[in-house]
Amino acid sequence: MNALSVKDLHVKINESHILHGVSFEVPTNKVTALLGRNGVGKSTTLRTIMGFYEGTGSIELNGKQIIGMPTHKIVQSGVAFVPEDREVFASLTVKENLSLAARSKDSAAAYKFVYDLFPELDTRAAQQAGSLSGGQQQMVAIARALLNKNEILLVDEPTKGLAPKLVTEVAEALTKVAEQSTMLLVEQNLALVKRVAQHVIVMDQGRVVYQGGPENLNDDSWVHQMLGVSGGHK
Amino acid sequence: MDTFILIGITGIGLGALYFLVASGLSLIYGLMGVLNFAHGSFLTVGAFVGYWVATRLGPETTMTDFILAMIVGGLAAGLFALMIEQLLITRLYDRHIDQALVTVGVSLVVGAVLGGWFGNDLIMFPTPLWFLTAVNVGGAMIPADRIVYIATAVLLLIANWALLKFTRIGLIIRAGVENRNMVNALGINVRRAFSTVFFLGGFAAGVGGVLVSVYSNGVSPLIAGSYLIYGFIVVVIGGMGSVPGSFLAAMLIGVIRQFANYYVTGLGDFVVVILLAGVLLIRPQGLLGKVRA
Repeated sequence: MNALSVKDLHVKINESHILHGVSFEVPTNKVTALLGRNGVGKSTTLRTIMGFYEGTGSIELNGKQIIGMPTHKIVQSGVAFVPEDREVFASLTVKENLSLAARSKDSAAAYKFVYDLFPELDTRAAQQAGSLSGGQQQMVAIARALLNKNEILLVDEPTKGLAPKLVTEVAEALTKVAEQSTMLLVEQNLALVKRVAQHVIVMDQGRVVYQGGPENLNDDSWVHQMLGVSGGHK
Repeated sequence: MDTFILIGITGIGLGALYFLVASGLSLIYGLMGVLNFAHGSFLTVGAFVGYWVATRLGPETTMTDFILAMIVGGLAAGLFALMIEQLLITRLYDRHIDQALVTVGVSLVVGAVLGGWFGNDLIMFPTPLWFLTAVNVGGAMIPADRIVYIATAVLLLIANWALLKFTRIGLIIRAGVENRNMVNALGINVRRAFSTVFFLGGFAAGVGGVLVSVYSNGVSPLIAGSYLIYGFIVVVIGGMGSVPGSFLAAMLIGVIRQFANYYVTGLGDFVVVILLAGVLLIRPQGLLGKVRA
């Protein structure tokens, strides 16, 4: 059973053809990693699923077409998004960032889950999100996405720009989240991908060039050929 | 000293009128990026509806009548703003030139319709007799209507602050000013917040329209012109999207303008333009505005 099914997705931004017929599936209750070199269209794919960009083709969430829907409706259908640059509301407090995200009136259990996951957010509830470190802002961004009942979680480069210690912290949190979620994860950190992903999609120049299991990630020559990086280093 | 107090307080009173016009402009631009030249027509609609209510409440206008006229004028202007937003602006988000053209068009149409109906001459706005008296403040005799302008502006500032600080719609508006797309990405229809902001901006402009009519000795389709220009200057100096910034800038402009005009007749406008240029050079984001990423 697939939670998300993308078929023949084309996206043009300012006359540039970014996605050329992207097709892939995201299996339910699994973590799918979307990999590829910089600029191949991974973030564009996520942002198109979110409705930020217009595209043609088909995007089905549990069999329901969501392409062309406004972003807030897509989210209400069960798609949660953790953006690449965190995009926390800097002038709002941590508590306000979270309460803005919580759509259900009865979200006590969800709050308990995120505070268990990130106890720091509880202690820093009254602090302005803009004054948090990059890692803490990432916690806010992930927590916001976890406060509602979601069908799928789209996570865009959650460890980008974080110090190694914080990468470990965020990776541990994502591992816990992955145990009970369907996730489409864009990530350059192969160690994290190997740890959480059960399904891998590789993109190149706006197209999907591989879909399958994560076994190949242990093959350095495959990783080098597909992603242009050394598996041992990334 | 009496003169100093008199000019200072009348300047604050004038600043209060500027604030009533600018607060809505600031929120509308801050949240939606809409450069709304129709804002002056909200003020005019509020003024005329307020006038209509005041003239129907009795031969002698009491303070209660006047407050009622102000509230109804504000509500009418708010509803008119909401109608303009729903009918025209929602189709033009992110099309800034079209927004400017359409909102200028709305202001021209409203001015022409009201001018054709009532004429362009000032029609006296009925006010309570108390407005014609003066209040002794530190030895200076302050015209009583100035106290009403200041009290109304302060009340609206407090109401605005409370709405933004303590309500969910306020939270959405504050977040939307920072990052509209991310508010949508949390499953919130940010356009509803846009409509609320248009209504609130129109309400403040409508209340301002009633008070501007009193200050200008009458209501006319032409009363909004200079106030709209000052409203834009206040928004730029205070910082786009910052209501407290607009309040601060409005008071500053009102007081500086009054003092400049007192010492050299006609110098007030020039000094305000110099202030605007100075702020743009030294702090382009405005006094309390934030630099956008």
